Amino acid sequence: MSETPVDAEDVEHVAELARVDLDDEEVDAFAAQFAEILEYFEALDEVPEVESEADLVNVMRPDEVRESLSQEEALGNAAETEDGYFKGPRVS
Amino acid sequence: MSLNAFITEETIAGDADGPLAGTTVAVKDNISTEGVRTTCGSAMLESYVPPYDATVVERLKDAGATIVGKANMDEFGMGGTTETSAYGPTKNPVDEGHVPGGSSGGSAAAVAAGEADLALGSDTGGSVRNPAAFCGVVGLKPTYGLVSRYGLVAYANSLEQIGPIARSVEDAAALLDVISGPDPRDSTTRFDVGGEDAESETGAHPATDSNYAAAADGDVDGTTVGVVTDLLDGADERVVERFEAALDDLRAQGAETVEVSLESVEHAVQAYYVIAMSEASSNLARFDGVRYGESGGFEGNWNDAFARAREEGFGEEVKRRVLLGTFALSAGYHDKYYKKAQDARAWVKRDFDDAFEEADVLATPTMPVLPPALGDSLDDPLQLYLMDANTVPVNLANLPAISVPAGEADGLPVGLQLIGPKFGEEAIVRAASAVEA
Repeated sequence: MSETPVDAEDVEHVAELARVDLDDEEVDAFAAQFAEILEYFEALDEVPEVESEADLVNVMRPDEVRESLSQEEALGNAAETEDGYFKGPRVS
Repeated sequence: MSLNAFITEETIAGDADGPLAGTTVAVKDNISTEGVRTTCGSAMLESYVPPYDATVVERLKDAGATIVGKANMDEFGMGGTTETSAYGPTKNPVDEGHVPGGSSGGSAAAVAAGEADLALGSDTGGSVRNPAAFCGVVGLKPTYGLVSRYGLVAYANSLEQIGPIARSVEDAAALLDVISGPDPRDSTTRFDVGGEDAESETGAHPATDSNYAAAADGDVDGTTVGVVTDLLDGADERVVERFEAALDDLRAQGAETVEVSLESVEHAVQAYYVIAMSEASSNLARFDGVRYGESGGFEGNWNDAFARAREEGFGEEVKRRVLLGTFALSAGYHDKYYKKAQDARAWVKRDFDDAFEEADVLATPTMPVLPPALGDSLDDPLQLYLMDANTVPVNLANLPAISVPAGEADGLPVGLQLIGPKFGEEAIVRAASAVEA
């Protein structure tokens, strides 16, 4: 068995963190699948520490005003807007 | 009968002149097209209409191409069969009872069936090469940083590239000539600014002076092809038989083959899925139903509304990956999964570097199996992930690779994958053009 057994409570917790509602059937199915998948991921324990040099460079540009989407374009896909703003659900 | 290769069929005309004038192109539906809806194969984005073009779409139009539609795909690129699309599966034109592969299954099927001359796909863990192999066409995954990702709806940014699909190696290479090059809007394509090497030879983008189509000259005389033995053991015998025949053919044309072993690839699938799911959990956090996408309504507080939007809008595989990615990054598990996966990624890169000391290009079967029957593989997610064993190491190492048809077994296509060193697109195009000759 996996060192990280997964039960329905774990799936519900992570679903809450990820802001995804699940029905009971999904929770049960995911619990079984996650246990199997995470057990497979256990093999990563065998991987040695590997030093890597990230070949990355910073990319900079002058901070100048440029063309962008109009307010109308930016709001075009929103379900609801109000006075030129996105309308979201209550914060609390 | 329709193959269901397109989610949206709409003609977008390009310029009158250019290297792709008179050519039709299918564009995967996670690549933004101004004014034409872009669903990513998801119910979440059923009515999303981008207000701008992806850079590759601008380049297609400038080159004179005519876009004929937005191609079907696994939802947000998450799948290898195009069966996780919210718009129904695409059929494989070679045998309609089988999947076309994925996630760019609509793109490959459209090209194989002649519904488009060329197509664009995106490849995060094999999503261009897999459907190319399963549909019997050519698909190329460029080196990370060769092609702009601006306007590609992100799944796992550190792994993915947009790549061409075509019926010949030369056509795929010609499409790569059009879409590659630096883009001020994607900093990973920038070689001309910043860093100590800015003024040196690495200051120029590799595509600046390239001609990939011209490299399709079929000349493999003297080329050393490294056969990755680790990736043959788990493959279907019928696939290995076609693979060996393709190697015989290359040897007959003057190529030399050597065996190479990459010890690290045994851990590549695990590393790939941990990294891809982790990045997905972060990238897909943007779909809250407020600025775009399926709205969760305005009842309750915002967390309730967002969770409702995401329950409604996301399909099962997307939920699975977002949740597993959230888990892998959560307190207490980050070092165990994400950090170890990054070690594995660095190990895979190092193994490839060593292998290219011995060979000019590396060869594997593109897919270890023949195209599964429609509906056969959806119930077992882990089995589907294992199907990616030969393609994901390439993404982990940021390398270029091409899948070229290597005949058929039991009436189903087999693909040969050729992997090149960083920015070695010309080498894999050349070797692949010898395979199809």
